[in-house]
Amino acid sequence: MATPLIVSEVAKAFIMHLRGGIRLPVVANVSFSVRAGECAVLGGPSGAGKSSILKMVYGNYGVDQGQIIVEHHGALVDLATANPRTVLSVRRDTIGYVSQFLRTVPRVSALDVVAEPLVARGTDRRQAQKRAAELLGRLNLPERLWSLPPATFSGGEQQRVNIARGFITDHPVLLLDEPTASLDATNREVVIALIDEKKLAGTALLGIFHDADVREAVADRIVDVTEFAAGRAAA
Amino acid sequence: MTDEPLLRVTALSKYYGSRIGCEEISFDLWPGEVLAIVGESGSGKTTLLNCLATRLLPTSGTASYRMRDGQWRDLYRMSEAERRFLMRTDWGFVHQNPADGLRMTVSAGANVGERLMAVGDRHYGNIRSTAVDWLGRVEIDEERIDDEPRAFSGGMRQRLQIARNLVTGPRLVFMDEPTGGLDVSVQARLLDLLRGLVTDLGLAAIVVTHDLAVARLLSQRMMVMKDGHVVEAGLTDRVLDDPRAPYTQLLVSSILQV
Repeated sequence: MATPLIVSEVAKAFIMHLRGGIRLPVVANVSFSVRAGECAVLGGPSGAGKSSILKMVYGNYGVDQGQIIVEHHGALVDLATANPRTVLSVRRDTIGYVSQFLRTVPRVSALDVVAEPLVARGTDRRQAQKRAAELLGRLNLPERLWSLPPATFSGGEQQRVNIARGFITDHPVLLLDEPTASLDATNREVVIALIDEKKLAGTALLGIFHDADVREAVADRIVDVTEFAAGRAAA
Repeated sequence: MTDEPLLRVTALSKYYGSRIGCEEISFDLWPGEVLAIVGESGSGKTTLLNCLATRLLPTSGTASYRMRDGQWRDLYRMSEAERRFLMRTDWGFVHQNPADGLRMTVSAGANVGERLMAVGDRHYGNIRSTAVDWLGRVEIDEERIDDEPRAFSGGMRQRLQIARNLVTGPRLVFMDEPTGGLDVSVQARLLDLLRGLVTDLGLAAIVVTHDLAVARLLSQRMMVMKDGHVVEAGLTDRVLDDPRAPYTQLLVSSILQV
């Protein structure tokens, strides 16, 4: 399918029950799609709802209204209403995610953290580790760190572990939440190259990049999130 | 991965007289899935767990379990003997207090070996080597195999209880506050261990905890209980990152940031 991700008229608000039920509208009428081999970038100032959109697409935030359609195992799935088991299956095989921060698990080595998504999909552990090592090598993470749990790594080192973990699989859709925020110029270039390779391989990428250089290098299209401001829709 | 659940729970309720233990609970659990049940004391989470593990009989509702031969059985219509057999072979139950799940006056090795004998293993050499293997997996030194759990620390006892439960290769494990009475550093080690074992063995598990960090680390799905009812359920990260029910918002906002 040429358009692996379609977001249609999605709306989201937070209801703060502990604050007297205040309703905080986040976004409304979010509609866009991402084609295979394309990198769409969510644009707009902080607080516009970029991260919320990404999190809804990943199933991490609930969706109040609208549809998020992905092709999963040859069928169309609406993530806005999918049950948890389906969302887990979509995450394993269809939608990958590079979050801003690595949620570290004590005692699991960086190499295994990176290899894990492949192992979860049934790849032989040793083969997965080999692929993980290649990626960590490309991202210039010193080899002496590979066998250590990333909890004590610097921000940039953790982010590279996170990137390697997100890029190791060939999910048809890949979400990127500021993957280059704490990287130096050399490693930013590596990430740009990795994104270009994903595009060539036909992955649909949706990302947030605050770094203008990276954004310009990778974005095929900017999706302006301010157009989805919740107030506008109501007006 | 199969397309059939392992456990199907429908409208399960338990009343203590006129007081609600838990009411109208329904969910399915699939093989390899870890479900966390969270809520504070008195929310009904332990009542629910005990009903599911047939340690308590519910007032109404059904729970069906898919046996190894693929047959579905209603847990509350099985004979006591059948339930006991299930408990010894296909299920595990990890208690908060290891003394409730261990025999404190027999050796560590015997605690593990006993479960094997219950499923018909009679070869002493096999039993002992399997026990050694399992002590290793839960990071208990082989040298301690002949010691009684009384001589173990709280964390070691809990790891031994886990080994005793997992040695028979169960498909479903119930855990009641598995990290409850332990020091924080000991908790972290136990959680890592549990997480690794659950992933490697593809276990299904139902974990009762009041600790949201435990739920986040171990489970894929969670149910939040209050006053005997499920107030919110869903993917663990969705419930924790975008809590919707007032009570879940209160729980999540009450976590102290370190």
